[in-house]
Amino acid sequence: MATIEIDIVSAEGQIHHGQASMVFAPAEMGEVGIAPRHAPLLTRLKPGAVRVKQADGSEQAFFVGGGILEVQPHLVTVLADTAIRAKDCDEALATEAKRRAEEKLSNAKSDVDLAKAQAELIQAVALADFLTKIKKSTH
Amino acid sequence: MAGAKEIRTKIKSVKNTQKITRAMEKVAISKMRRAQVRMTEARPYAEKIRRTIAHLSQANTEITHPFMAERPVKRIGVLVVSTDRGLCGGLNTNLFRALTRSIREWRDQGLDVEYAVIGSKGLGFFRRVGGKVVAQNSQLGDKPHLDQLLGSIKVLTDAYREGRIDRLYLASTQFVNTMTQRPGVRQVLPVEVDANAVKLADNWDYIYEPNATELLDTVLQRYVESQVYQAVVENVASEQSARMVAMKAATDNAGKIINGLQLAYNKARQASITKELAEIVGGAAAV
Repeated sequence: MATIEIDIVSAEGQIHHGQASMVFAPAEMGEVGIAPRHAPLLTRLKPGAVRVKQADGSEQAFFVGGGILEVQPHLVTVLADTAIRAKDCDEALATEAKRRAEEKLSNAKSDVDLAKAQAELIQAVALADFLTKIKKSTH
Repeated sequence: MAGAKEIRTKIKSVKNTQKITRAMEKVAISKMRRAQVRMTEARPYAEKIRRTIAHLSQANTEITHPFMAERPVKRIGVLVVSTDRGLCGGLNTNLFRALTRSIREWRDQGLDVEYAVIGSKGLGFFRRVGGKVVAQNSQLGDKPHLDQLLGSIKVLTDAYREGRIDRLYLASTQFVNTMTQRPGVRQVLPVEVDANAVKLADNWDYIYEPNATELLDTVLQRYVESQVYQAVVENVASEQSARMVAMKAATDNAGKIINGLQLAYNKARQASITKELAEIVGGAAAV
């Protein structure tokens, strides 16, 4: 079975590197699925899960808080803004971040704060969704 | 005994200094290890985004992003990455020396230069020598975060976009190893594409979603950010190792001074005992 090389990196480290039979990513215009020999594609990512399907059918998921996706026929690169390993994610942390973001949103003063808080909220919500999904699939 | 007492006080004060330098050395060692880890962790991202840009430069796009296009140079922007604290050997001095050399060259060519400064030492430098500082960031701590740098970076990339500067340089110290840190001034914009990148097939282009201009903008902005972030974490690692080496040298020197003073103290003590003895003997003989 054909595979495609996948690299997930963030400024704080390498998240994943390996071969995949299919990669799913939360692109800005909707989720995309990338199979080997996909046409070159460049797109932005929304906060959400990048799922990597391995040749043996098992699937791994990684949370990204937005970023850039580059696809070459033999290669997928995810340049994540913040990426945390799914199993390292702490649900409480996400809820906490969400609460903090909401708090900031309610008493935000400047537009900059507001915009930042909104972005933080979107990320936190996506992370919380992601974690509940993971929890369901493991139980 | 007056001389001996003075020497004793002196020894005590040098010993105190030595204690401080030794503690600073230990702290720098542990911080350096962590800083090096952070530096290696930042590397994959920088490599991958460079690869993406190498691919981009080979794509058959109808638009050329200003970040990738050479244009006649009239004005230059420089982002200077320095440390917040001193006592780290010649780290900042060497950087400023390299920077001064470049500034002189640019001045000879009649170019205007403006600066964005990271770290309070750099700010102090420009306060002394003068220069147009358009943005400044300091007190980043030992764990610099990208968020803290975005402001300064944006000031310069915006200036580049609007044509106020035609080239962007990064002046920073590169970490070679614990003993060696190399100061240097590197070009960031327009992007210089890695010549040894893998050649892809001819005549293709990306599918851009949503549109090419916006995407290129995001990618190139991220590229600049990753370059700066890399430089800043490298600077922290360099700072800690330079401090470690400097403090080790200081501790050793303090040890040498103490040895010398101890010798002088012993001699002074001996001399005063001899003198007293001579006086007693002289006194006894006189009776």
